[in-house]
Amino acid sequence: MTRLPVPDRTRALTRRRHPVARVLGLLALVLAWEVLTRTGWVPPLFLPSPLGVLASGAEMLASGELAVHIATSLRRIVLGFGLGALGGVSVGLAVGVFSLAEAIGNPLIAATFPIPKIALLPLLILWLGIGEASKVAVIMLGVFFPMAINTYTGVRHADPLLIRAAVSFGAGRWSVIRKVMLPSALPMIFAGLKLGAGTSLLLLVAAEMIAANSGIGFLILNAQNLMETTRLMVGIVVLSLLGLASHWLLVRAERAALPWRPEV
Amino acid sequence: MRVLLDDVSKTYADRSGQAVEALAHVSFTAEAEELVAIVGPSGCGKSTLLNLVAGLLAPGAGAIAFEGDLPPGRPPTAMVFQEFALFPWRTVQANVELGLEEAGRPAADRRVIARRFIELTGLGGFEGKYPHQLSGGMRQRVGIARALAVEPAVLLMDEPFSALDAQTRQLMQEELLGIWERTRQTILYVTHNIHEAVWMADRVVVLSRRPGRVLEIVPVELKRPRTEAMLGEPGFVHAVELIWGRIRSQARDALQEGRE
Repeated sequence: MTRLPVPDRTRALTRRRHPVARVLGLLALVLAWEVLTRTGWVPPLFLPSPLGVLASGAEMLASGELAVHIATSLRRIVLGFGLGALGGVSVGLAVGVFSLAEAIGNPLIAATFPIPKIALLPLLILWLGIGEASKVAVIMLGVFFPMAINTYTGVRHADPLLIRAAVSFGAGRWSVIRKVMLPSALPMIFAGLKLGAGTSLLLLVAAEMIAANSGIGFLILNAQNLMETTRLMVGIVVLSLLGLASHWLLVRAERAALPWRPEV
Repeated sequence: MRVLLDDVSKTYADRSGQAVEALAHVSFTAEAEELVAIVGPSGCGKSTLLNLVAGLLAPGAGAIAFEGDLPPGRPPTAMVFQEFALFPWRTVQANVELGLEEAGRPAADRRVIARRFIELTGLGGFEGKYPHQLSGGMRQRVGIARALAVEPAVLLMDEPFSALDAQTRQLMQEELLGIWERTRQTILYVTHNIHEAVWMADRVVVLSRRPGRVLEIVPVELKRPRTEAMLGEPGFVHAVELIWGRIRSQARDALQEGRE
């Protein structure tokens, strides 16, 4: 009689995390970049060195110039994002809950959703002027749609069993909305917020490049016009930090708002 | 409180819009403080029946009524669901308080009452847990506590333990009977498990396959409290055989129907 070993199939089921490679990859990229610029293979006009960008950033921060741009951009994005999210959630809830609102709202959203929102900026400028309102409005529109659609989807996917359970205990319409539909939609709402955060950053920069004299988008375009590539790169780094920060904030908010989810 | 079903029929439209006759001319009465089990082959309209009594569906014909005194502030029915139907975003405590909220009880009362039924159902210490942190058996305890907390005159149970493993089910059945000895409301208990039905119930209503009709109402001649030893008693075996004899051909037909 022969003894057969159990074949080891675990390799096909595991996925390693490679923690060292994560850090090394990033470091190597920055290092290669620094070396590339130091040796003069790439002129700094095309690609300034990472240390140079850092130094320039510190300088702009010290002079207060960067703070002005960041503050201006933040105000636009926070206003636009906040208003858009608020409007989107409200409309999404209404369309998800009320059949009449669904009948009216659904085709409207479907018809207007595919329009790239930046295409509306000239129109918005015409209506609202070249000031803050048009920039806030375009960001608002960009956030509104993913929020409305996600909220609507979340509400419509509320478990009918839970609705029935609530009703069996005497819940009325308002109770069902508040206690079943809204909490059911929360994960989708947060997914929409993350999506909207990316969109609003994109629209912010685009709007500031088209018509502004302050803000990160303006800083980038202005630096390019003056061939100040280092300052341009500072703008890009600030944007990526903004994106990271907003995502981090939203993930934290999601964890706080959805403690009942096994893992977020 | 008694539950009277008088010639109840129900037809509903399925997804493709076709009329499905779920129940036809069902009549029976559940007495006050009686535990009535309802068994039948799959798709016999057992759940439809409970939903009708809960007021979640309207009967197509016939009438359902309650008879007896209902103290103010207490609902006629509360339901325990097969799939538990707990709110994942609510802790055990908050889940149990749901019905009390809808009944308009003040927060302080809700907390005290919910705590009492959490203890009664053996959930003490789990008040702050979320449903996903609990085992299936514990989840259904929450479902039962939630229903008991509103102190309904009639407890409706829709295959409450069928999602649980066999050992847990046996233990939960015993616990439920123990609780019922103390709370003593009328229970309508839907199950497809004949042994479960006989072991728990005072009477077993046997439904035919779709459209569900009452084939027979079998009284169970077993003393209370019920013990596991009774599973071998002639009275138990006899009732099980009687019911299985009535359902057997029906169940086979239902199986064939599903294969088509």
